[in-house]
Amino acid sequence: MRRFSPWATVALAAVLCLTRPAIADTVRVAVASNFLATLLTVGSGFTAATGHVVEPVAGSSGKLYAQIHEAAPFDVFLSADADRPARLIAEGLADGGSRFTYAFGRLALWSHAAASSGHDCWQVLRDGHGKIAIANPTIAPYGAAAKAVLVGQGLWLQVTDRIVQGNDLAQAYQFVATENAEIGFVGLSQVRAVAAATGCLAEVPAGLHPPIRQDAVLLRTAANPDAAKAFLAYLKSRAGRAVIAADGYDTE
Amino acid sequence: MTADLTLADLDPLWLSVRLAAVTVTALLIVGTPLAWWLASTRSRLKSPIEALVALPIVLPPTVIGFYLLVLMGPNGPLGPVATALIGRPLTFTFSGLVLASMIYSLPFVVQPIQAALEQAGGRALEAAATLRAGPVDGFFNVAVPMATRGFVTAIVLGFAHTMGEFGIVLMVGGNIPGETRVISIALYENVEMLDYDRAHGLSAILLGFSFVALLIVYLINRRWLRI
Repeated sequence: MRRFSPWATVALAAVLCLTRPAIADTVRVAVASNFLATLLTVGSGFTAATGHVVEPVAGSSGKLYAQIHEAAPFDVFLSADADRPARLIAEGLADGGSRFTYAFGRLALWSHAAASSGHDCWQVLRDGHGKIAIANPTIAPYGAAAKAVLVGQGLWLQVTDRIVQGNDLAQAYQFVATENAEIGFVGLSQVRAVAAATGCLAEVPAGLHPPIRQDAVLLRTAANPDAAKAFLAYLKSRAGRAVIAADGYDTE
Repeated sequence: MTADLTLADLDPLWLSVRLAAVTVTALLIVGTPLAWWLASTRSRLKSPIEALVALPIVLPPTVIGFYLLVLMGPNGPLGPVATALIGRPLTFTFSGLVLASMIYSLPFVVQPIQAALEQAGGRALEAAATLRAGPVDGFFNVAVPMATRGFVTAIVLGFAHTMGEFGIVLMVGGNIPGETRVISIALYENVEMLDYDRAHGLSAILLGFSFVALLIVYLINRRWLRI
């Protein structure tokens, strides 16, 4: 094996250092998995605007909360709910003044089965016999919202036997995408990119469930509080909100 | 902390025990001939088959789980077969979990039996053969009794490994109470709900169980427990 010359290594390191913006800081963002793709888009706009870099750490809100609780080195927390950021503030681990709702989650009713093609999704939901995928209502805010829709429409008792629960939105999506479930409640942001060649797709009106507030907070342990604050400001800005809205979320 | 656990919290535990018992029984039936073949063959296929059997040890459970979700789904090869036999695909059913667990725990059952049979075989079987014992007779009356420790290790490891199964069940189970909501899933849900007390309780049970299971295996291997 050929070895790299030490001088080449030093030169490469020097070039890498010099090409980075002088004041670039890294903002480490703990992000709920469902928002990761959108964060990456927002992050590249943020980098273009400020030179700072976003480093996402994706996971379920519950796991990220537990990690923050144990002093994980994150600067910002983008939760999939409002409850966990509120808890962190109450526990003195996050800055109360920094909290805001960066996105309101939206549900979509989606079927990938050929048999659903040309049908109204709500009709498939009501009259079908296959499984209905939702995210676990006890742990996932989108799952709780899906349950609220079913309860509100008077369908819950009728369809209980057909419900299968994914651990999170991504799994509810998998169940529908692989047609193991006939239909399911997924995130609107997940199916925005899907070309509905077969099956059906319907946006669930936001009024049918309590709002899915996804809150952001600045963490007390932030290593780069200034860059982190700049990121939160960018998330709240017109440019940030435009990206978020285009990906299938509502914004304030 | 376990004081917070109610009887209903233990339902997923019983389901896991049932799953593990059915899985290990099925694996003994399928895995013993396989282990016997691996222990005695000179076929060129031996190494590839051994590698296949060992795959679940190295593959991430969610990867196996995802492929099983596709394979057992209505459009997968197993979908129509299951629909013809039991009226619906295997995903989201207890039977589906048994099949998934059999794949997941296969190496933990086959490898100890194979190793024990390899040790037991050879000369003893030749001796049996000179005494006019047929291959079947030799297997049941010579090889199996000599390989008892291997079988016990296989049963305990297969059982414990299935009890702790999480990633695959998460992918193909659907969290249906009494059907696919096993202890690891319930435990995970408690952690996600920030219900750490209940999670600690279930964890303690699973931890204690796993420790005892492994202790049995090691005691057997050190011949402190005579079987």
